[in-house]
Parts: sequence; structure tokens; C-alpha cells
Amino acid sequence: MGLKQNLHNLKEKYKGTKMAPAFNAIHTFLYLPNEVTHGGTHIKAADDLKRTMNIVIMALVPCLLFGMFNAGYQHYAAIDGSLRTDVIANFFTWDNLWIGIIKVLPLVIVSYGVGLIVEFIFAVIKGHEVEEGYLVTGMLVPLIVPIDTPLWMLAVAVVFGVVIGKEVFGGTGMNILNPALTIRAFLFFAYPTWMSGDKVWVYDAVKRTGTEDAISGETILGSYAQNNDVVYSTWDMFMGFIPGSVGETSTLLILLGAAFLIFTKIGSWRIIVSTFIGAAVMGLIFNGIVNADIITESSKFYGLMSTDWWQHLIIGGLAFGAVFMATDPVTASQTNKGKWIYGFLIGFISIMIRVFNPAYPEGVFLAILLMNVFAPTIDHYVVQGNIKKRLKRTKVKTA
Amino acid sequence: MEHIELFFKSIFIDNMVFATFLGMCSYLAVSKKVSTAVGLGAAVIFVLAVTVPLNWLLDQYILKDGALVWLGEEYAEYDLSFLSFIMFIATIATMVQLVEIIVEKFSPSLYNSLGIFLPLIAVNCAILGGSLFMQSREIPSLGLALTYGVGSGIGWFLAILAIAAIREKIRYSSVPPALRGLGITFIITGLMAIGFMSFGGMLTGGDEKKEEKPAVEAKVKEVKVKEEKAKEIVAENTNIN
Repeated sequence: MGLKQNLHNLKEKYKGTKMAPAFNAIHTFLYLPNEVTHGGTHIKAADDLKRTMNIVIMALVPCLLFGMFNAGYQHYAAIDGSLRTDVIANFFTWDNLWIGIIKVLPLVIVSYGVGLIVEFIFAVIKGHEVEEGYLVTGMLVPLIVPIDTPLWMLAVAVVFGVVIGKEVFGGTGMNILNPALTIRAFLFFAYPTWMSGDKVWVYDAVKRTGTEDAISGETILGSYAQNNDVVYSTWDMFMGFIPGSVGETSTLLILLGAAFLIFTKIGSWRIIVSTFIGAAVMGLIFNGIVNADIITESSKFYGLMSTDWWQHLIIGGLAFGAVFMATDPVTASQTNKGKWIYGFLIGFISIMIRVFNPAYPEGVFLAILLMNVFAPTIDHYVVQGNIKKRLKRTKVKTA
Repeated sequence: MEHIELFFKSIFIDNMVFATFLGMCSYLAVSKKVSTAVGLGAAVIFVLAVTVPLNWLLDQYILKDGALVWLGEEYAEYDLSFLSFIMFIATIATMVQLVEIIVEKFSPSLYNSLGIFLPLIAVNCAILGGSLFMQSREIPSLGLALTYGVGSGIGWFLAILAIAAIREKIRYSSVPPALRGLGITFIITGLMAIGFMSFGGMLTGGDEKKEEKPAVEAKVKEVKVKEEKAKEIVAENTNIN
């Protein structure tokens, strides 16, 4: 008589009542269910929704751990700049991890807690099984918000994102916009002062504003947009020892996650590759404009336009968005040709928003949302094109 | 460059549907299938592309304050802008009639599937909105008016195309019964508007705002001067009495 049996008994007790889905979900989350299907054909495979979600979470864990260390590191480095001279020695310390635990873990807990409560309520009301879709969303959300986001804001945004972004469409697999990005966009437009600027990216910077030991941590994109000099080396940018949203800074770990996702065939390599290609092409175009002297140094766009194209790929949230957000199988294009177009446009528009839109230093999440809107259109035309091609082929054969 | 900027602006930044929520009736009603949506969108592009420049000419040479000056000096004081609604709608209705005849002749199937919504373009607020925005934003030349018309039309076309594809996709979703049909379409439109907000504020900010401010101030001054003049006249009149 272990926990499993107890859960099973509870499940049996509530069978047929309104609360059944809630107990069912807890039971199947922890253990393999006892029931077998009766009759009919069925496929035995390991990659059900729960496994798929777990693999994505595994790919995200390195980013989360790194983000926890980085939270502390950015805090102490902002106070004492000399720490930046020897990154490796000052990065993996208990002090850093402690700040990560008190700042990042609450974000994760609130995100999962609120989101799962909403999911359970909807499952009970609608009388279906609790869906696993929120497992990944709940992990993504804390990774793409600034470290100092107040917890109540996160809670409000999560409720909005899950209800309006997903549940009104009928739950997991039916939504048209990525719920995690809907949550991020809601936060961005509802509380803009908490989502951008030079204070929110470093722990404690907001509270210290105006006092004598004020600190700040401008993101790289913010510095470029204001034509300021950037103090971080390319190595820092690639490894992720820079201020930014919790989990998006380390391009190296994101690429590791990408390799894992592609290897397990969960993420589409077509989307990841084409997003990077799109961003690189737009970056090259801007570099070309600068080299051709079309734009002068006094222009407000100069700072970001003159950024090397390859640098655009490793700063900001582009890599994170391309690997973990754009590849969302529900909201992305479904067709292979569509995936190339979809990814390319995401990269292309991201860099365009970055450069041209002074209000939004980071355009990746908005570009992905925009392409989510157009993904069904792309699919429609790819499918229509295929139909036309095949019709032609049959006509040639019969003729 | 001016043309490209206005074109881009009218498609994405000031999108008729997602920035101003104009033309919603046909946008909601005819967006169940992509093919009909494309037909209506094309018709809207055509009508906007024709009516906005036509109305620009009307506005410039008949309706605007002092526009009648080409008739002679004594007409310089006439301000017929209170007639703009009627005149604009008349132009639009004529053009829509033309479109209807053309569509019926060349594509009877599309004509049938659009049904009542083709003549209803005449009262589509996106079309009248295009002409009125053209008037209030003081678009300076005929070429730019054409660009603006085509751009707004394409923006509306993209919107109805995207929502039609989305509605085809969610046909198999288990939307709560209370939200089925129009309810969910409104929610989708709101979410799509969030996506389109990525362009909000682009190409404005910075250099351009400085130019805009004096213009506004000058206008305020102008209005004030006019008010003062009116007051003086009133005062004179009362004195006479």
C-alpha cells in the first residue's frame, strides 16, 4: 500500500464525479496508470503528450540553472565591476545561487501554481482530463521575464494567457497563439515600465533607484539602441554572462537544448535554421546599408544597424525564441515548406523590429506572435499549391 | 522613400482592422472561408485604391476651406468641408456599383458567394474611414493618396485573409458553446491585434515627433485666433445692438 495505491483508490472513489479529472491527472503524472485499453487497434509508443512535454522541460533545465546563477552574478557584478574581470571564478558561487533561489524559484512556482490551478478548474468544469500543455508553458514563462517582475503581475498575466490564449479555444492543441508569448505580451503592454529599461534586469536595481548605492544593468540591445558603448565581450554574449531575461542569455546552453530537441525530433530543425537565416539576412541588409553610407552616424538607427549581423544572433532573445518558442508544434506552420517561410519571416521581422522600433528594444516575441497569426494562412497556400501541382500531374498522366 | 514609408505605415502600423477596428461587419461575416475572404479583400483593395485618390481630388478642389479659389477670387472664403461625408459616400457608392457590375460579369461564382456583402462595401466603414483619414491626416499629393488607399486596402486584405485561415483551422476546436461563432472571432481579432502591435510606434518616435508638435501648436494657435475673431465679431454685434 503505497502512494500509488492510495491515489488509485482516491481515483476510484471519485470516478464519475466532477472532481475525477483532477485526481486522474495527479495519478497519471506520478505513475503509470493501471488501466489498459479495451478492444480496438492501438499503437504502443513512448512519445505521448506527457513525454514530449518532459523532453522540452529537460532541454530547458540548463537554461534555468544558468539563469539562477546569472541572477546573482549580475547583481554582484553591478555593485562591484571588478568581478567581471574573472567571470569563471566569480560565477558558480553559492552567493549567486542563493539569489537565484530567492528570485527565480518564486517565479517558477507562481507560474506553475497559478497556471495549473486554472487548468484544473477548467478540466473540472468542462469534465475532461487535465491536459499537459501547461507543463512547458509554465517553464517558459519564468525564463522570458525580467528577474524583478513582481509576482502578482506574473500571476495576472498567467491567468490571462491561459484563459484567453488557450482555454477559450478548447485547451491544449487548439490555441492559435503561443500561450507563453501571450503572457509575455500581456505583461509587456500592460506594465511597460516593469518590462523594459535598465533597472528591471538586475536583482534589487529597482529598489535602489535614487539611493546612493544605485545600480543598473542595461541590456546589450538597450545600449546599442542608445548608441552607447557595450562593455561585454563577444565571449560574454555567447556564454550568457550578460543582463537579460532569466533564461535567455546563454546562447551556448540554448544551442545545447536545440541539439537535444532536434535529436529527439521534438523541435523542428527547419524552423530553427530558417529563423537564424532570416535574422542573418536582415542583419546583412542593415550592415550593407551602413557600409553604403546611406545612413549617417547621427541617425537614431545607427547603433543597431551597424551591429554585426552575427552579433544579432547571440544577443537578446533571438536564439531562445527560435529554439523554444517558434518551434511550438501547435502554433507554428504544419507543412514543411510553410515551416521554412514561417521561420525565415520570424527572424527577418525580429531584427527589423529591433532596429526600427525605438519603443521595443526586443522584437522577437512580437515577431513570433505575428507569424503565429499568419501561420494558418501560409499553410493554406502551401496546401493549395500542392493540390494544384498534383492535379496537373494527374492531368498529364491521363492525357 | 515617402511613398514606401506611407505604404508600410498604412499596411502594418495603421492597419484598418487592428489599429482602428474599422470595417468589422464584413470582416466578421465573410471570413468563414479563405476563398471568399480573398475575393472580398481584393474588392476592398480596388475600391479603396480608386476612391481615396478621387476623394482627394474632391477634397482638394471643392470641399476644403478655400478650395474653390480656382473659380475666382470671390470664392476663396467658401468652406464646404461639412459636405465631405455626403460627397465621399457618393463617390464610394458609385465605385462599388462599378465593382459589382465587373464582378458579376467576370466571376459569377464569387458574386454569388459574396452575396449581400458586395454592395455593402459601400457602407463598409474601412472605405469611408480611408477617405476621412486621408482628409484629416492632410495627405499632400494625389500620388500619396493612391499609395495610402492601396496600402490600407492591402492591410485590410491581410487581416481578413489571416482570420479566415485561422477560422478554417479552429473549425475542429472544442470552443465553449457560448463563445462559438462571433464570440471567438472577436477574441481572435483581439489576439491578432496584439501580434500587430509589434509595429506600433515604428517609424514614429524620435525625429518625426519634433516636426509634428509645431504643426499641432500652429493649429491650436489658428483655432485660437479664429475664436478671438469670432468673439470680436460677437462683441461688435452686441455693441451695435
